[in-house]
Amino acid sequence: MIKPIERLYNGIIKENPTFVLMLGMCPTLAVTTSATNGLGMGLSTCAVLMMSNLIISLLRKFIPDRVRMPAYIVIVATFVTVVELLMQAYVRPLYNALGLFIPLIVVNCIILGRAEAYASKHPPLPSFFDGLGMGLGFTLALTLIGSFRELLGKGSVFGFDIMPKGFVPATVMIMAPGAFFVLAGLTALQNKLKLGKSKTEPPEKFCSGNCAGCMDASCSLGKKEDEEK
Amino acid sequence: MRYVSGFLLGLINFALLDNVVLSRFLGLCPFLGVSKKTSTAAGMGTAVVAVITLSSAITYVINRYVLIPLGLVYMRTIAFILIIAALVQSVEIILKKKIPSLYKALGVYLPLITTNCAVLGVAIDSAQKGLGFFDAMVFSIGTSLGFLISIVLMAGIRERIEYNKIPKSFKGMPIVLLTAGLMAIAFFGFKGVSF
Repeated sequence: MIKPIERLYNGIIKENPTFVLMLGMCPTLAVTTSATNGLGMGLSTCAVLMMSNLIISLLRKFIPDRVRMPAYIVIVATFVTVVELLMQAYVRPLYNALGLFIPLIVVNCIILGRAEAYASKHPPLPSFFDGLGMGLGFTLALTLIGSFRELLGKGSVFGFDIMPKGFVPATVMIMAPGAFFVLAGLTALQNKLKLGKSKTEPPEKFCSGNCAGCMDASCSLGKKEDEEK
Repeated sequence: MRYVSGFLLGLINFALLDNVVLSRFLGLCPFLGVSKKTSTAAGMGTAVVAVITLSSAITYVINRYVLIPLGLVYMRTIAFILIIAALVQSVEIILKKKIPSLYKALGVYLPLITTNCAVLGVAIDSAQKGLGFFDAMVFSIGTSLGFLISIVLMAGIRERIEYNKIPKSFKGMPIVLLTAGLMAIAFFGFKGVSF
């Protein structure tokens, strides 16, 4: 019974997909104009991630190794379509707010990354909880970024005004540049906290942490450059 | 004449005014991950231009003549991602066989492009908006040129800031994100020239 809890902790804190692995940047920056949108995007990704991890893990002995990527993509795309249709039917405002980024959950690196790195090698139950943990970690990060942007850009969180009357909202924070600034600030803060603990330089994060997130391609890219040298 | 001016205005509109990376947040993973050197960034950008243009032509045809007549619009996501994956794979094989020199220059970037959300994003976006063939092509070429411009600019800036003194906690990703934010503000300047 210890395994699921360990997986949850791993996904939410230790290998948080946004802050630690730096995966799935597009939805992270694009839809976090408010805390509600961030939460909605996080939860829909979480649902897809749980189900795809579970199914891929169940089928891991039947999918031939050579066609595993197309097979994973079909499984993920199926669940994304299901989630998209459900959202269109039951949560129309959120569906309109997230728009194009709902079908784009298919190409979210986190999902294929977890399928390749975890679900294809482990039994169903831990894989399910791995998906849940990663999904919750993603949700947490998106909600956090969304809250910051909404607070600075509109003076509210989840639609409730909490800033004092004299506060002048910095509208740039809910426009495109603000997304980059808030994520830069939060990552720097996290580096600062880590530096205090270990006194070493922060590691270069892109891909060195999780090759599967980019389907091995950009890591082989790095290798190739080294070979040329 | 109408088509020529429409084409040019469309290109400027989608490449600069509504930049794919900096104002619509598509294709951020390669934008942040493959922008360390100008040469690699240019290679990636060119490969993306080729793949987006090809894939949106094919997805347009599939969407217009297969999915819509058969009433299978809800299958769009699955169909498009499979088309794109197959297309990237076959482009890779054809290049490897026919034009090895081009394959050597662009080949490494091709597998990365399947998961570039700009490719799927452009295809789905133009299908959802119901654009005609001409508009869809202008949209995809303009958007992918915008990607090329922004990733090359980003790589140029990153080559410069590598030698600067940066506070320890801002090293790596944070400084790159800050740069991207400033670039996004700079691209806001183009909104003044809307037609």
